[in-house]
Amino acid sequence: MAAADTRVRPEPGVAPVPVVRRRSAIGRFWPQYLAVSPFYLLFLVFGLFPIAFSIFLSFQDWDGIAPMRFVGLAQYQFLLSDPRFWNAVGNTFLIWFMSTIPMLFLALVLAFLLHQNIRFKGFYRVAYFLPNVTSMVAMAIVFGSIFSDSFGIVNSALTAIGLDQVPWLSSEWGIKVTISAMVIWRFTGYNAIIYLAGLQAIPTELYDAAKVDGANTWRIFSSITVPMLRPVILFTVITSTVGGLGLFTEPQVLLGDNGGVGEAGMTIVLYQYNQAFTQFDFGYGSAIAWALFIIASVFAIINWRLIRERDTPRGGRKKGASA
Amino acid sequence: MSNDTLPTAQLGDPTQARADRHSRRRNRLAHVVTHVCIWIGVLLSMFPFYWLVTMSTNTTAEIFAFPPKLTFGTNLAENVENLLANVDLIQALLNTVFVAGALAVLVMFFDSLAAFTFAKYHFPGKNVLFTLLIATFLVPGSLSLVPSFVLMSELGWIGSFQALIIPGAANAFGIFLLRQFATNSIPDELLESARIDGAGFFRCYWSIGVPMLRGGLAFLGIFTFISAWNDYIWPLVVLVNPQRQTLQVALQTLNSIYLTDYGMVMAGALISVLPLIGVFIIGQRHFIANIAAGALKG
Repeated sequence: MAAADTRVRPEPGVAPVPVVRRRSAIGRFWPQYLAVSPFYLLFLVFGLFPIAFSIFLSFQDWDGIAPMRFVGLAQYQFLLSDPRFWNAVGNTFLIWFMSTIPMLFLALVLAFLLHQNIRFKGFYRVAYFLPNVTSMVAMAIVFGSIFSDSFGIVNSALTAIGLDQVPWLSSEWGIKVTISAMVIWRFTGYNAIIYLAGLQAIPTELYDAAKVDGANTWRIFSSITVPMLRPVILFTVITSTVGGLGLFTEPQVLLGDNGGVGEAGMTIVLYQYNQAFTQFDFGYGSAIAWALFIIASVFAIINWRLIRERDTPRGGRKKGASA
Repeated sequence: MSNDTLPTAQLGDPTQARADRHSRRRNRLAHVVTHVCIWIGVLLSMFPFYWLVTMSTNTTAEIFAFPPKLTFGTNLAENVENLLANVDLIQALLNTVFVAGALAVLVMFFDSLAAFTFAKYHFPGKNVLFTLLIATFLVPGSLSLVPSFVLMSELGWIGSFQALIIPGAANAFGIFLLRQFATNSIPDELLESARIDGAGFFRCYWSIGVPMLRGGLAFLGIFTFISAWNDYIWPLVVLVNPQRQTLQVALQTLNSIYLTDYGMVMAGALISVLPLIGVFIIGQRHFIANIAAGALKG
């Protein structure tokens, strides 16, 4: 097709310099533009526009039916003094903290174990990954029954060994522990598989050299494995933070739209949902969304800083990483 | 570790033999400990699934019993029967299969088309467009829950499948991923010779791009299908019509209404999980490897 454009009409008396008559880029490359356009169109309509609109909405008082009323920064002022919002922020961080630290530690240990020369590695990988792909609504219902106050299997087990029952779903700490347990259950295997891939990318010569130098297992783990895995560990910290800040399904299914006793399971996204779609306060819901965005951005910047500061002096990432 | 044996150590040295035995015993111990830990992990990982099946095969009385019944029962058929009498879970299942399937097909098509173009063609503005695409990763999804809902109601899409399918029909993640595949796996010479033989852009895409991207497409398709199947908050907001509910929403409705019939609720949960496990197990090789590789390169 493009060949047609470069054809030059020979004119008498003019040196045969190919004079390319350029058609416009659109005319020449329309199939290419057409091929990449769906994403941009969809993003414009369903990605960018809603975001711009949500800034606008966060300055309004609107229940979705009555006319909008411009209130300026009132939504944000209210947000800053809203104890329910701050409770949700606190809960989100507590649950994130309670789940991420044990989860990543367990994942690292698991990956280290799976990295040994063992059989059935494929089976273990599937078994560990499965929680991550299953329907969270169904599994939240299952966890609700496992941790049920009156007939749950956890409390039955506690009774059987002579301990007191714990009101998992009707006490503030019980609620947070149950939600954290769900998050840990769901993502430990996922992170372990990612660490395992990272482990497999570490050159074996490093281990051999350490063994020759007489390093023991713990020394090898702390001086080679963990430092070499640093970029992968940071990746899992970032994804866990993003996931943790967006926590919604688990508390909503387990405890309902109000987050249970004392709103102990109320997360930021659940509060946003609650305000927008059960209280029909769309303006305030949008303001909560922006507050969450600011919190998430702060964390993204911290994470990014951490990566940059440590990585610059050493320079260059390892090459040839193959999963 | 005690295997600091020098190669020059004499064979039959009694001290050495003892050290060897000692080290072998230690290795075996480490081996056993490793396996025990791995299996504890597997059991914890699998237990909720086992418990789901147990509960959906028992009567509600057996589930509430103390101590709880830990083995499979014989009540599955009755639980499913009750379930189908109370909610139209089959409809929800079909809805979910339709939505997740349609999304997977559209995403595979639009993303591969864009990825193939970005990987193998030059056109003015290409770099700017691709940078823009990467920049959209920074745009957070949760921000647009309320305004997207308003947009859907303006479009009249509330309660319709378009609201679930159209906005997600092409995404930056998939284009980025497939572009890596396309850059590595489609040889330029092949496209060159196809062009010489007179193949146009779309012919090249369909006859060379798509077949050579099969591996990446399989992953993207499975990934999209699973994510769409599990999506909860957006269908919850948009699908107000019970006829159009997806499994996740139907299940939560079931859970909050029929608190007393646990066996039935669990049977519903089982039905919502089983097809997904099937899809995952069929595609797990592509799936796990790509997820892990994405983390390393990302």
